[in-house]
Amino acid sequence: MAKRTFSIGGVHPHDNKISRGCRIEPLPLPPAVYISVAQHIGAPAKPVVAVGDKVKVGQVVAEQGGFVSAFIHSSVSGTVKSIGPRKDLAGNPQTCIEIAVEGDEWLEGIDTSDTLVTGIPEDNRAILEKIRLGGVVGLGGATFPTHVKLSPPPGSQCERLIINGCECEPYLTSDFRTLLEKGEQVVVGAAILKQVLGNVPCTIGIEENKPEAIAHIREVIAKLPYKDIEVMPLKMRYPQGGEKQLIDAVMHRQVGSGGLPISVGAVVQNVATALAVYDAVQKNKPIVDNSVTVTGECFPKQANLLVRVGTPLSYIIDYLGGVPADAAKVISGGPMMGRAIANLDAATVKGTSALLFLTEAQTRRKPQTRCIRCGKCADACPMGLEPFLLNRLVKADDVEQLEANAAQDCIECGCCLYSCPAHIPLLDNIRMGKGAVMGVIRARAAAAKAVAEAKK
Amino acid sequence: MVNIIIWTVAVITVLGLVLALVLYLVAEKFKVVEDPRIDEVEKAMPGANCGGCGFAGCRAFAEAAVKAPDLDNNYCPVGGNDVMARVAAILGYEVKAKAPQVAVVRCNGTCQNRPKTNDYDGVASCKVKAALYSGDTGCSYGCLGCGDCAAACQFGALSMDLETGLPVVDEAKCTACGACVKACPKHIIELRNKGPRGMREFVSCVNHDKGPVAKKACAAACIGCGICFKTCIHGAIVFENNLAYIDYAKCKLCRECEAVCPTGAIHGVNFPKPLDKDAVKARIAERKKKAAEAAAEVKPVETKEA
Repeated sequence: MAKRTFSIGGVHPHDNKISRGCRIEPLPLPPAVYISVAQHIGAPAKPVVAVGDKVKVGQVVAEQGGFVSAFIHSSVSGTVKSIGPRKDLAGNPQTCIEIAVEGDEWLEGIDTSDTLVTGIPEDNRAILEKIRLGGVVGLGGATFPTHVKLSPPPGSQCERLIINGCECEPYLTSDFRTLLEKGEQVVVGAAILKQVLGNVPCTIGIEENKPEAIAHIREVIAKLPYKDIEVMPLKMRYPQGGEKQLIDAVMHRQVGSGGLPISVGAVVQNVATALAVYDAVQKNKPIVDNSVTVTGECFPKQANLLVRVGTPLSYIIDYLGGVPADAAKVISGGPMMGRAIANLDAATVKGTSALLFLTEAQTRRKPQTRCIRCGKCADACPMGLEPFLLNRLVKADDVEQLEANAAQDCIECGCCLYSCPAHIPLLDNIRMGKGAVMGVIRARAAAAKAVAEAKK
Repeated sequence: MVNIIIWTVAVITVLGLVLALVLYLVAEKFKVVEDPRIDEVEKAMPGANCGGCGFAGCRAFAEAAVKAPDLDNNYCPVGGNDVMARVAAILGYEVKAKAPQVAVVRCNGTCQNRPKTNDYDGVASCKVKAALYSGDTGCSYGCLGCGDCAAACQFGALSMDLETGLPVVDEAKCTACGACVKACPKHIIELRNKGPRGMREFVSCVNHDKGPVAKKACAAACIGCGICFKTCIHGAIVFENNLAYIDYAKCKLCRECEAVCPTGAIHGVNFPKPLDKDAVKARIAERKKKAAEAAAEVKPVETKEA
């Protein structure tokens, strides 16, 4: 049987997984960590510690700032040195909690042993509460608070849980290594998520360029006592790891414009999120670290590191031998969706998945020429949009037409930019248009809400 | 043959007359009565259709001005007081004269003052660049240098200086329509009163970072030391969030703040003479001395009363 993939668009970049053989090693503790209070989508967390406080690993340092928000925990033990603005990856100031590291003392109640706990608590509410208190957010990139995603709105029914092990971005290998090294924990995490969602069947989607992971997870599932969990090998295609693309690939269902995955009965969680859920529920361990791939052809030492949240990037890079001389660009994340880092002093956040070093030749943009109406961008767009049209609408500043042409559905995967033979910066422009449309949609929603409240 | 020609002419003539009558009746029936003053006002306008007044163009402004009960909220910055006086005469309203304004670029982060920390390789648009990250220098507030403001200006009053990387305003051409103010994603450009003979004083920085951070990013940054705030006797300086701002309505152009600013972030333009910093500083010192003496004299009296 031909392997499945999503039905519209997509591209096939070389996967360049050169760090696939590197085991996940823990990074030694840095002298200080800088924990941002805005590591997730939604309202920033509110700091609950004061300068001079002693904290332990796993202790809450900032609490939820709203419904869509997440707890943030200290990733080290030590003293809070300062709470104030610090420049993030993009150079914009964010409120960060600086903690000077003293020893490595964990909060009581956190199980730091390696023993696998397979018994799942029965009370779903307690599980959700643990996920919420553990500060678990979607680690696939969007960092959406997991407890919110696991509480479907009333009236909607989940039919399938999909665990996203695609890792379709070139170069990234942290999810792959997690599947190989912590496969048992991921499967238990998946079983917990499955139970919370009402014992729905679960599919772990893995792209076929990771045969070791597919074989390993199949073995693990056979060993463990959970039912209805299966592995589905998927054809290699970018952006398969996109939530809506993965649902299309696994379930052959398409999420409508502006819809949520739950509208077609699906909930998608990343492999790393499943692991974080396992840690939070079975081990009482909140998110204090995550695995980060450090890679690039020009980088002499490939690595997958277990990094404490808030570790300065420069510390990670220095640990591995410093920035190579011919590196021109450092990207946080993969080459397709990642963002260039303007400030290497910035600290990691929960969602940091990779540091990628690219050379001048790999990264320099080619001169832009005119659109030749070849339509490659429209073929490549996995959301079925027409990037050439959106690009023109953005230039004309026509927000109304941008919305009519669904600019808000753009997932910023970069397939259009990748496929354009004229090197037109399609995504850069469309992202602006998407921002404008989202602004209009939000303003409209706020106005509607105000009207509804006024009627009450 | 002749018969056919006569018939044709007759039929077409009658048809033409009938249709003309229909058109006339329809035009009469659906006539839109428009205030004739709208046309007059539109004629008096500069015709730039720049949108600086807040309306879609000169015609839209004219319609709004005719409908409005007064001219308090409608002002054409391009035409200025002359045009507004004419508009007021047409409409029979009174209009208050407004001080002419000019666009002021509040960033002095030249390539020399503000060293680059990275190279930007993306789309040459400030809007796109600002959405991506803080910019290619250490300052996350300053000019991004892609020239969105210059592109937005339809009077040719803004141009990018390639040497400094900053936009330059041609005061003679600037009409204060505000298009550049809207185009700048960093809100660096501000419309300020032109001042007497063009003389004005302003803080050429919008950086809210703390002193050492701002100074490290840019040699000409406002470091938030507050000396200007303490020196100003006219209460014209607002000092907030590590940044000084001069209120042009209150500024008396004494240039004391400019003399005491340690980083040169405060600029005075169009003054006839260059600023003699030492003389101004001596003046300030003298005033402070007198004030201290006066305070010393007053104090014993107060204690006696108490």
